[in-house]
Amino acid sequence: MSFLELKDLRIHFPTDDGLVKSVDGLSFSLERGKTLGIVGESGSGKSVTSLGILGLHKGGRAQIGGEIWLDGEELVAADAEHVRTLRGKKMAMIFQDPLSAMHPFYTVGAQIIEAYRIHNDVSKKVARKHAIEMLGRVGIPQPDRRVDSYPHEFSGGMRQRAMIAMALSCDPELLIADEPTTALDVTVQAQILDLMRDLQRDFNAALIIITHDLGVVAELSDDILVMYGGKCVEYGTAEDIFERPEHPYTWGLLGSMPRLDRERTERLLPIKGSPPSLINVPSGCAFHPRCVFEDRTAGKGSSLVPELVETEGGHLVRCHLPRDQRRSIWENEIKPNLEAS
Amino acid sequence: MVTYIIRRLIWAVVMLSIVSIITFGIFFLVPRLAGATPEDLAARYVGRTATEQQVKLAAEQLGFNDPLIVQYGRFAKGIVAGADYNNGPSVEHCPAPCFGYSFRTRLPVWPDLLDRLPVTISLAIGAAVIWVIAGVATGVVSALRRGSFFDRAAMGVALAGVSLPIFFTGMVSLVLFSYGLHITAPGNVYTPFLTNPLTWAYDLLLPWITLAFLYAANYARLTRAGMLETMNEDYIRTARAKGLAERTVVLKHGLRGALTPILTIFGLDFGLLLGGAVLTESTYSLPGIGKYAIDAIGYQDLPQVMGVVLVAAFFVVFANLVVDLLYAVVDPRVRLV
Repeated sequence: MSFLELKDLRIHFPTDDGLVKSVDGLSFSLERGKTLGIVGESGSGKSVTSLGILGLHKGGRAQIGGEIWLDGEELVAADAEHVRTLRGKKMAMIFQDPLSAMHPFYTVGAQIIEAYRIHNDVSKKVARKHAIEMLGRVGIPQPDRRVDSYPHEFSGGMRQRAMIAMALSCDPELLIADEPTTALDVTVQAQILDLMRDLQRDFNAALIIITHDLGVVAELSDDILVMYGGKCVEYGTAEDIFERPEHPYTWGLLGSMPRLDRERTERLLPIKGSPPSLINVPSGCAFHPRCVFEDRTAGKGSSLVPELVETEGGHLVRCHLPRDQRRSIWENEIKPNLEAS
Repeated sequence: MVTYIIRRLIWAVVMLSIVSIITFGIFFLVPRLAGATPEDLAARYVGRTATEQQVKLAAEQLGFNDPLIVQYGRFAKGIVAGADYNNGPSVEHCPAPCFGYSFRTRLPVWPDLLDRLPVTISLAIGAAVIWVIAGVATGVVSALRRGSFFDRAAMGVALAGVSLPIFFTGMVSLVLFSYGLHITAPGNVYTPFLTNPLTWAYDLLLPWITLAFLYAANYARLTRAGMLETMNEDYIRTARAKGLAERTVVLKHGLRGALTPILTIFGLDFGLLLGGAVLTESTYSLPGIGKYAIDAIGYQDLPQVMGVVLVAAFFVVFANLVVDLLYAVVDPRVRLV
C-alpha cells in the first residue's frame, strides 16, 4: 500500500438547498518524496479534499465516506482526537493567503513555537531556538530578530515562507499546499515554488499541491489529478497531462494558460460557461454543458455518467469520447492551436 | 508611545475644559438668556425668608454681577487652584478642586463626592467582573452551539436583559431575594470594603447582579457576534491544522480575535458607570455618585450638579484614554501615533 491512499472518498454537505457533493468518489495514491498536483477551478472540490485528508471536516456537518489511508492507518473512521494528534505532526498544510491564515495578534515566532510544542514536549526556549532555525531554513533573513515580528510586519513572500516554516516545524511526512502562490506577486511565486521543491527533497515528504494554475504544477508535480465537479476527470503523470491530455476539460485548462511563447494576437482558449453547481450536478457527464465536443458523444454526454478509465499505463480519463477520437482531436484540433504559430 | 500619551492627556484636559464650559453655560448663561437676573440666581443661595436687600448683597458677594467670562474664570480657578469665599466676618478657603458649596447643606461639594466615590466604584467593579465573565462566557458558548437550545435560551434571556429597566429588575429581585427569601441585603446599606469585605460583598451582591444582568446581556450578544465572525477566519483553520485542541483554538485564537470590540465597549460602559450608576443606586438607595446626582437635581443644587457632571466627564474621558492605550496592547497592528 502507498504512503497515502484515498479510496472512493466522498465529502457531502447537507444544506437547506440540498446535498452539496463537494467530493464525490475520489481515489488516488501518493508515495513519500513524490508530488501530486490537484488542478481544477474554484468549487471543484480541491480544497475540501485537502481539509478532508487532515480530518478538519470531522465533527462538522459534513458526511464523509470512503477511506483515507495514511501510512497504513485509516483516517475516515478514526477517532477525531487521534486524527488531531496526527495533524501538524504527520501531516501539515500551507494555506493560500498567509496574511489571513496567520493570527494577526501573535508573533510569527509564537505561532511556530505553538505548532512545535503541541507535538514536542520541550521548553519554550528550545522551541524558540527551533523556530528561529526553521525561519532561517526557509530563507528569512535575520531569523533571530524576525521571530518576534508580527505577520503584518512581513512582506507577502516572507509570510508564506513563515507559513511554510510553521507547517514544516514538526517534520511532517505529508504536506498539503493549498494554492500556496496564488496570493503572491509573480516574482515571489517562483521563489516560493523553488523553496518548496528544495524543502520537499530535504524532508522527503509526500507533497500535494492544490492549484488552479497549471503553471505551478508543471514546475513541481510528478503526477497531476484534474478535478471537475467533485470528481477526478483525468489523472496521469505530468508528462501525460501536458503532452497527451485526453479530457476536453484539461484541454480547456491548457488553453486558458497564458504563455509567453504564443503570438500576442492569438487569443487564449477559455472554457465557456462557469463551474457546475454541486447541488444540481448536470446529468450524465458533469462537464457536458461546457464541452465543445459534446455533440460527438452520440447523446451519451447528458445521460450517462462516464467512468474513469485507464487509457494507457496509469493515465486515467473520464470521458465518453472514444480513445482514438480523443487522441486525434488533441493532435489535430487542440495542440496546433496551443503551440506557437 | 510617550508622545502619544502626552498628546492624549493634553486632549483630555481640553475635553474636560470644554465640558466645564458647556456645563457652566447651561447653568449660568442659559438662565441669563432666559431673562433671569443675578438676584434670581442668588435667591437660591439665601433661602426663602431673605429680604431683597440680603439677596442683592449675596448676588454681589457671589460675583453674579460680574461678566460671565469672569465668573467662569473664577469657577475654573476654583477647580484648579481652590477658591476663597468671603462670607462677611471671615474668609473661608475652599481647597482645590473646589466645586463650590452646596445650596442646601452648605458643605463643599468635593469632599462629599469623595465620600461617595467608593460606593460607586465598588458597585461598578463588582458588576463589571460579573458581567464580563458571564456575558463573554455565554457569548462564546452560544456562538459555538449556534442554533442550539442553549443559544436560543441565552439570547432570549439576553434580549430580556437589555430590554428590562433596572428599576424593574431591581425591585423584583429585592422583593424576591431580600424580602421574600432573605438571602440578600435589603438595600439602603453599604459597608466599606476595608471595614468588612464580606459584608461589603453581601450588601452589594444584589445591586451587582442586577446591574450586571443589564450589561451581560449586551456583552453576550457582542461576544456571540464576534465569535461567529472570528471562528470563520482562516487563522482558526490554521490553528486547527496545527493539531491544537479545540478548547485552545476557541479560547486562545478565537476569543482573542473577538476581544477588541468588547474592550472598546467595556471602557465606555465602565467609565460611564463610574460617573454614577443612577438607576441602580436609586433603586437600592446606595449612597453613591448616582444617588448624589439624583438628589442634587431634585433640589436644584447647582454646585452639586456641576460637580457630578465634571467628575463623570472625567471618568469617561479617562476610560477612553485607557481603552485606546489597551488597544495597542491587544492588537499589535494598532500603532499609537
